Amino acid sequence: MADFLQPQTLHAALEARAAHPDYLPIAGCTDVMVGFSHQAQPTGFIDLFGLAEIQGICADDGHISIGAATTYGDILKDPLVYESFPVLSEAIREIGAVQIQERGTLGGNLGTCSPVGDTLPVLLALDAQVHVASSKRGSRLVPINDFIVGYRKNALAEDELIVEIKMPLAPEGTQQYWRKVGTRRAQSISKLMMCVVGRLNGKDVEHIRIALGAVAAAPMRVEKTEAVLAGQALHEETILAAQDTLASEITPIDDVRSSAVYRKEVACNLLGRFLNDLGGA
Amino acid sequence: MTKPGHSFVGHSVNRVDGHAKVSGRAIYVDDISMPGMLHGRTVRSKVAHGTLKDIVFDAAFDWSDITTVTAKDITGPNFVALMEEDQPALVPMGGKIMHHDEPVALICGPDKSKVDAAMAHIDQQVDELPAVLSIDESRAANTLLYGDDNIFKAYTLEKGEGLDEAFAAADHIVEGEYFTGAQEQMYIETQGMIAHWQDESLHITGSMQCPYYIHNAMKSLFGLEDEAVVISQAVTGGGFGGKEEYPSMLAAHVALLAKKAGAPVKIIYDRSEDVAATTKRHPCLVKHRLGLNAHGEIVAADVDITFDGGAYVTLSPVVLSRGVLHSIGPYKCPTLRVVGRMMATNTPPHGAYRGFGAPQTTFAYERQIDKAARVLGMDPVEFRLRNRLNLGDETATGQILKNSVASEKVVREVMAQAEKEPPNDICMPKAVQDVKRGRGFALYYHGAGFTGSGEDRLKGRVAVAVNKQGEFEVRSASTDIGQGAFTIFTQIAATTLGVDVANVKVVQPNTKMVPDSGPTVASRTCMVVGGIVEQAANGLKEKLQAYGESKGLDCGDVLALAEAHAKDVGELAFETTYKSPPGIHFDDQTYRGDAYPCYGWAACLVDVAVDPDTYEVTVERCIHAVDVGKAVHPIIVKGQIEGGTMQALGWALWESVLYKNGKVMNPSMTDCIIPTAMEAPELETIIVEEPYPHGPHGAKGVGEIPMDGPAAAVANALQDALGKSFDVVPMLPETIAEVLKGGPA
Repeated sequence: MADFLQPQTLHAALEARAAHPDYLPIAGCTDVMVGFSHQAQPTGFIDLFGLAEIQGICADDGHISIGAATTYGDILKDPLVYESFPVLSEAIREIGAVQIQERGTLGGNLGTCSPVGDTLPVLLALDAQVHVASSKRGSRLVPINDFIVGYRKNALAEDELIVEIKMPLAPEGTQQYWRKVGTRRAQSISKLMMCVVGRLNGKDVEHIRIALGAVAAAPMRVEKTEAVLAGQALHEETILAAQDTLASEITPIDDVRSSAVYRKEVACNLLGRFLNDLGGA
Repeated sequence: MTKPGHSFVGHSVNRVDGHAKVSGRAIYVDDISMPGMLHGRTVRSKVAHGTLKDIVFDAAFDWSDITTVTAKDITGPNFVALMEEDQPALVPMGGKIMHHDEPVALICGPDKSKVDAAMAHIDQQVDELPAVLSIDESRAANTLLYGDDNIFKAYTLEKGEGLDEAFAAADHIVEGEYFTGAQEQMYIETQGMIAHWQDESLHITGSMQCPYYIHNAMKSLFGLEDEAVVISQAVTGGGFGGKEEYPSMLAAHVALLAKKAGAPVKIIYDRSEDVAATTKRHPCLVKHRLGLNAHGEIVAADVDITFDGGAYVTLSPVVLSRGVLHSIGPYKCPTLRVVGRMMATNTPPHGAYRGFGAPQTTFAYERQIDKAARVLGMDPVEFRLRNRLNLGDETATGQILKNSVASEKVVREVMAQAEKEPPNDICMPKAVQDVKRGRGFALYYHGAGFTGSGEDRLKGRVAVAVNKQGEFEVRSASTDIGQGAFTIFTQIAATTLGVDVANVKVVQPNTKMVPDSGPTVASRTCMVVGGIVEQAANGLKEKLQAYGESKGLDCGDVLALAEAHAKDVGELAFETTYKSPPGIHFDDQTYRGDAYPCYGWAACLVDVAVDPDTYEVTVERCIHAVDVGKAVHPIIVKGQIEGGTMQALGWALWESVLYKNGKVMNPSMTDCIIPTAMEAPELETIIVEEPYPHGPHGAKGVGEIPMDGPAAAVANALQDALGKSFDVVPMLPETIAEVLKGGPA
């Protein structure tokens, strides 16, 4: 039988993590439990679900911070999140269904770091920072783009836990777009996700972040595509150029959920749609 | 309580199984435990085609409390009896593996996790052979799996003379090729079975549709007499055809293990094993040609149908037959030829699934009919009304429709509903721009009951009895698999006897207690078996009244008569055997005559909306009018229509079984997608009642017909929305994107 630890404080959790680097930190378990039907269990678990110190949402200093163990359900109920980051609320509303949303957490999504983690493209497009901590080395802030390392791999060290996710409030005039293309409308794993956050100055692109999921080994920002747009006037030719770059920048695959051809085409369609909307906004 | 003469038919009484199910008290097979019961697992092949050389049980593993069974332990004939003797219960050493996930060995033990662990210590030595993985490869016959041409069965249906001349004289010819893919039943309860042996007799309990199919297979496998095999149905969580033939295989496995281990054995499939190994809807390729004259009439049809049967014959010839018989649809056509064949491939055998061959050919002809209307520039509904079969018309097999035709009524009902405001329950999300919308229509029929002379051969039997306690019992082998069979039998028997529904109970099917009323398939349970229930109840009532008269009792009170009989004499049972209605004849050799005693009729209208960016389809409206003869229980009937409609929409738009080298690649509910309530529009269901004179209270089949037509209606709607032809099921967003780019149109 696997060992099961349920620390009651963040301090105890970090101590447990340092003492048992081979144990799997868990929260809502909506992903890891599914895996156990076809893969080996770890030797032990550190259960963080319901740990009060890493739950909750607060606003300070131009940021909104969400505790790693805050459930999707609680995030959805928060008007501050919806007003500031409607794309995050939209993305969460499409994760699994209500039961999954009452268990799943942002920290869990980052911990698993799956290519189809539904919140990850949103966090990438919002320039989130991941606050991680260790009992010996204290805490650090890792930009989300550095936190996601590869296929189901993140930058968390063996003695670290995810504490909270910090997102900068966007200046006035910033538009946010989100789309999940799933295998159906609920209880579905994504074929593709795209999040675009952008702001124009007149006709010119002043700020642009484009992030996708399920088009590569890990959720990714498409920085080459962003570069095509940055500082440029947003007209039809720029948009076509951005779509072209996007098609070569992502590397989707054929799998049981969709095809590479479809993913590429739909990614370009959605980018065109969002950029047109941004231009017209 | 009720007065004599009260009819429960046509009223939605409480379901007899409802309380136990919603309160969690219903006992499914996995809820059953027996003293000393062992847990079994099935060792399955890892190739699609090969010769099994040996099975090696790792000597380093502790096998002391594990029982193992291979084909060597089978002393009798090693096949699962059904139509042909080709499918072994376990692949014998030196024998052929014919498909991926084919059973090669069995193990069981007291500790479930140890049995699971043991699975990794069994090695199969196999000489792999080239596999036949598609209809085309099978027809090429470079590798022979069956006979000298890989054809399990072929049928030809012809009518009129001079087909070539008829096409030559036609003003328009409409030609198309249609492919429909496999579909998984995805019943909520996976397959499961328990066996135990007692004094040389075999007892099996499990999830099933057809107790006597299993009874027959077990008698054959173990060389036992009728009485030495007892099959009982546990409460069953859905079947849709998936528990028609496969449970005989699972029963063979638990019985073999239980015999060798000398203890009860249970096997419950997990979802991935169930999806990977059990039967699915047959993939099917239809080439369909219609000749039309300038007046907008169909003058000729030439249809070529090829089904993928999978690795063994199972029930495929009957599926083929139904597919062939439905391939012209409810339309007049003087000259026609239909050629159908069932091919062998190295995929797990395909089998029964709601509709049984008809949905595949219905998709083809309803696409063709729609295209024909387009070619003629006619309204697609008008074109259907002009060519539809009516009372007195002749079907493709030469059957004259003498009664119970609702071909016009279902169309009118749907069109009237379409005039009303839509329920607006689900629609494309408002944020989606430039949505493409379209409307599609389909008209179809479904032969109720067994094909051809099937019911005559079957001779279904039902008994209605007064037991020793003076209670009425309906004894039939027809199973309630969630479709409400026990409730409607209760309604029919209580109405005939003139007692309250509370005074009648339907015995849980058990081959020791119930006569063989035939399998629970083919939309026959209400129409055929319900009719036998009615006759048996009548017979019992007459006997009770005769008894009452002889004793000078009040013959109006049947309940009191039953109590008196039980008290003074004991049990009284009346058994009736099905007789085909007069004037119904079918020739299995020439395929001429009355293919079915009657038909259900249906029309479906679908409105689709397509997202231009993602090609996702939203079904915004679905109106479905289905003729059932008489709705014995309107809520159950509506449930059947709604459930069948969603399975059909699912097949059309979301459901895809993916194979790679003959292995199912998406054996889970996560990846083998079926629609959820989020995909379901507010279904506008219309029950039409065109009575069948020989059905109980006019009832005919309802189970399958809702599955037949909606996929074609969806494809027709997509063509309306996007201006391209959609001829493949499922129409996934990926497929739609490809068609729009000018790929296969």
